[in-house]
Amino acid sequence: MIERTTNQKAWWLVLPVLVLVAFNAIIPLMTVVNYSVQETFGDNVFFWEGVTWYTEVLHSPRFHEALGRQLMFTFQILAIEIPLGVIVALAMPRKGILVSVCLVLMALPLLIPWNVVGAMWNIFALPDIGLLGRTINAMGIDYNFTQQPGAAWATVVLMDVWHWTSLVVLLAYAGLRSIPDAFYQAAHIDGASGWQIFRYIQLPKMKRVLTIAVLLRFMDSFMIYTEPFVLTGGGPGNATTFLSIDLVKIALGQFDLGPAAAMSLIYFMIILLLSWIFYTVMMRDEDQK
Amino acid sequence: MAEITLRNLRHSYLDIPLSDADYALKKIDLSWQDGGAYALLGPSGCGKTTLLNIISGLLEPSEGEVLFDNTNVNALAPEQRNIAQVFQFPVVYDTMTVYQNLAFPLKNRGMGSSEIDRRVKEVSGMLGLADILGKRAAGLSADNKQKISLARGLVRPDVNVIMFDEPLTVIDPHLKWQLRSQLKQLHQRYGFTMIYVTHDQTEALTFADQVVVMHDGQVVQVGTSEALFETPEHTFVGHFIGSPGMNVFPCQLDAGGVRIDDHHIALDVSPATTHGTDGNLELGVRPEYIHIDPSGMPVEISAVIDVGRYRILDATLGRHSFKIYCPEGVEIPQSDVRVRFDPRHAHVYIDGWRLAGGAR
Repeated sequence: MIERTTNQKAWWLVLPVLVLVAFNAIIPLMTVVNYSVQETFGDNVFFWEGVTWYTEVLHSPRFHEALGRQLMFTFQILAIEIPLGVIVALAMPRKGILVSVCLVLMALPLLIPWNVVGAMWNIFALPDIGLLGRTINAMGIDYNFTQQPGAAWATVVLMDVWHWTSLVVLLAYAGLRSIPDAFYQAAHIDGASGWQIFRYIQLPKMKRVLTIAVLLRFMDSFMIYTEPFVLTGGGPGNATTFLSIDLVKIALGQFDLGPAAAMSLIYFMIILLLSWIFYTVMMRDEDQK
Repeated sequence: MAEITLRNLRHSYLDIPLSDADYALKKIDLSWQDGGAYALLGPSGCGKTTLLNIISGLLEPSEGEVLFDNTNVNALAPEQRNIAQVFQFPVVYDTMTVYQNLAFPLKNRGMGSSEIDRRVKEVSGMLGLADILGKRAAGLSADNKQKISLARGLVRPDVNVIMFDEPLTVIDPHLKWQLRSQLKQLHQRYGFTMIYVTHDQTEALTFADQVVVMHDGQVVQVGTSEALFETPEHTFVGHFIGSPGMNVFPCQLDAGGVRIDDHHIALDVSPATTHGTDGNLELGVRPEYIHIDPSGMPVEISAVIDVGRYRILDATLGRHSFKIYCPEGVEIPQSDVRVRFDPRHAHVYIDGWRLAGGAR
């Protein structure tokens, strides 16, 4: 019989991680919670406010508008990027040297730092010197994203599509590549049309990667900050002020730490809730097995 | 149903094949009788799947013809050839129910819904899928999925041939037997032509009436399991069929037989003398036909492997090592072991191909 020593020494091994997580996540998050229920005028003097800030944020038209813009933006880019990504992935070659070429080209936008993307598009879209801006104006369309809210919105959407469709393409392509040839061969023997092959073989097999793509694009686009901040700064007016831009304005521009903290937590809860809904809905069929 | 003939078939995956080695199929002339159960047996990479895909029309052969009932079908697409194929990994349409899976090929061919219903019910009954017709195909076990792939072929009226590409690879061992015997029953009852690709000799020998053995892009022998065992036409067949495989010794022709080093073995080698003896001569004899006999040739036994009901002896004759099958009840002498090759079951091969020997 082997004598087994039982003690709790192993907990010490967990300690570094615990400390790291505490300083990384728990302490900052709790600080935010702290701010969200108190009022401060500096000098580390705090007054208890309860849920005042939460009520204020939830009833503020400014928050509603930013949230509305945010939802609309996310909906639009998902509606464009997911189908577009799938179409591009379907059109990509399956073998040969072109595969590597395509993959590198696709990965390029993903490797560019976000503020550089914003700066690039800012210059690219300027009506007087930018290639895009000048071209559009030369075609007789009055376009100036620094002054027209519609133009600014369209530019931000276009920039995001340019920046992130590649991610969907790469994921969808990986999904497509994992389908064994036998599926296509069987479909040919069964006399399936191209659309049927897509509908009954490719789409179901891509479902898991597309779920990941939708979740990633939802979370990232819902938190978008850097690129529109560099491109439009949230303007003109508030036309492209999304939740994160508004949050920074409140927290660092106006220094209203209480409302900003409350808004952060509400923002966080919305992302968590929507992600959960997306995941549950898209994975619903899997559970029926 | 149709008779399938392959005429002068060659195939290369390269656009411009330069030498014989560039061909996945070297030269195939073969005829599959209507209603036969064939197995296509060979090691991985010998061209079995290529041959299958050429028959089904998924691949177009570089040279030669594929004939269904003497009609050239080279130009026909898979769906026009009216064939069915079951693949190594079960192919089902995940989002459809079992019923929809079975109905899919019929719908695509524009069949009326009452006819579809009748056929789906019939085939699902045949394969024991009737209880799960309403279930989603995605969640089923591998053997049921494989049955669905088969059923999608059977459901179509008058299929020319059903081809199986190692269909039991992913099936549990105890279900393999069940599925295989079910297939055999179906074949006996409905008489469709079946071609069954496998690299497992037991699977091939128990399933098929005729086994086609392939090696390195060529068909080396077509025959019943008995013929493959008793009269291997190529040393490869001798190696590949049987466990352990046939023993092969380099030999020379001799008056009234062959000689291995100094040992004369009496054998009817008359066809060899007329054929000429240019090339590499070998004597092949299965371990089952080497008997311990005090009047035979002296050999060394290096190991005795007890496999339960029989023993396999590792032996050497001069420089040549070989195996002997030793059934229960046969004594192995402690020293001076002598063996005799059964002349009715010894074959002479020239460059791998059988020349003479054996009882015909």
